[in-house]
Amino acid sequence: MLFLFTGLITVGFVLVITAYLFISGLPAIKEIGIKEFLLGKRWASSASQPSYGILPFILTSIYGTAGAIALGVPIGFFTAVYLSKFADKRVKSLMQKAVGVLAGIPSVVYGLIGMLVLVPTVRKVFNLSDGSSLFAAIIILAIMILPSIIKVSITALDSVPEEYEQGSLALGATKIETVFKVSVPTARSGIAAAVVLAIGRAIGEAMAVMMVSGNASSNMPTLFGSVRFLTTAIASEMAYSSGLQRQALFSIALVLYFFILLINAVLNLILKREHH
Amino acid sequence: MKKLIRLLLTLLCLTIVLGGCAAKNGEQTVATDGSTSMEKVIGALGEVFMQENEGVKFTYNPTGSGSGISAVAEGRCDIGLSSRSLKDEEKAQGLTETVLAYDGIAIIVNPNNPIDDLTVEQIADIYTGKITNWAELGGNDGEIVVIGREANSGTRDGFESITGTKDKCVYRQELTATGDVITSVSQNENAIGYASLAAIKDSVKAIKVNSIVVSEENVKNGTYLIQRPFVLVTKSDKELSPTAQKFFDFALSAEARDIISKAGAVPAN
Repeated sequence: MLFLFTGLITVGFVLVITAYLFISGLPAIKEIGIKEFLLGKRWASSASQPSYGILPFILTSIYGTAGAIALGVPIGFFTAVYLSKFADKRVKSLMQKAVGVLAGIPSVVYGLIGMLVLVPTVRKVFNLSDGSSLFAAIIILAIMILPSIIKVSITALDSVPEEYEQGSLALGATKIETVFKVSVPTARSGIAAAVVLAIGRAIGEAMAVMMVSGNASSNMPTLFGSVRFLTTAIASEMAYSSGLQRQALFSIALVLYFFILLINAVLNLILKREHH
Repeated sequence: MKKLIRLLLTLLCLTIVLGGCAAKNGEQTVATDGSTSMEKVIGALGEVFMQENEGVKFTYNPTGSGSGISAVAEGRCDIGLSSRSLKDEEKAQGLTETVLAYDGIAIIVNPNNPIDDLTVEQIADIYTGKITNWAELGGNDGEIVVIGREANSGTRDGFESITGTKDKCVYRQELTATGDVITSVSQNENAIGYASLAAIKDSVKAIKVNSIVVSEENVKNGTYLIQRPFVLVTKSDKELSPTAQKFFDFALSAEARDIISKAGAVPAN
């Protein structure tokens, strides 16, 4: 009975948040016009003639997440393969602890180090006038998603039945062949789940990217330009907002919520396919 | 089922106990809410006020000017704090403003930047993107990195309305805190930013505006042009609670002048 109650509390939170987002997010979309809102290129919420287009934010979030995945997934995947199949037991436990610590570092700390170390480095290395950019955000995000990729992939790779690998080795395949042609394909749904989780983490991150991305409001995203994400658009204006501007921020949250739902749906699809 | 009932009863008891506490303390409080830029000034005033009036609880909620104004309009606090004058639509909601102090907005550059004097027009041209290289102003060759605050920030509103650049600024970075602006400028030789005079640190250089140094004296006598008011916002049609009224009078008294000066702002009275 108590268990059911706690379960209901969780479900209740989801329902309340969903309902709240719809109720507070829809009026602004209606007032601004859905096409104007989603495809508008100019966001000037506090101007005397305000304009509420979030296309730059949407593209930035997509590019930023894609970039972080492109950088983070190969590193995380090969780390997981190494730790699960090749590493010495002591090395594995030590490195897994390090990954655990990486997962536990608060995002504001990532942001602070990004601001003080990464941004000036990007500026010097690429000879730019300013280092805060989409590129810096991608690097920070790539580091932040590493733990989820590594942890979930290791779990998937560890649970590949030993008989499969032994069978492959007995047939004369090398260790490398066995790992990449037997173990990885067997664990592929788990690894795919890791990637989807990482996408969710990257698209939802606000604090760290806000501190390194420059946050200019109406720039179409370019790799070394100042950009604003969906999350940072909400976070940077919420404190001072009022009226239609505040409602529009909830509408952005609603758009973000749809992205997260989409990612969850993909994750469920992957896991379901595994069962058949 | 029994367990569940016990849990619910415990929760109920807790609510009653905690709720009771809140009600008891609720008698002698002054709740302020608003501008983050006013933190130093209002914090210092509140501290002294609490020392002088035993048993009074002073709270300050640093949410930003807009939030503070809506908080007082909705009756969620006694006094709203705004680092800009009220807009006409806000006055129409039945709100009154009382200027507490003035805040100079310093224009800051990296200490390695040779530029140390600009006119308001030059600053406006930099922020609107007409001047994009320090060489155009006699400085080192380097693209100017324009740093400012997020939309609706009191400092940004103050800066843009004073320099006449409202809605026209082309920012490279829009940051959400004064400290972030100072840090970013101190990290980048090509950067320019703006921040409250009270918040300025040695890691950045405050430049002269129209050859006038930004200082408390020059803000007060009006020769330094980039400045804005710190405003206490109250409801016109509703009287303050006796305790809140006492604080309001204290904040505008001669005694409070020293406290405000020490906190880096320039008292209005």
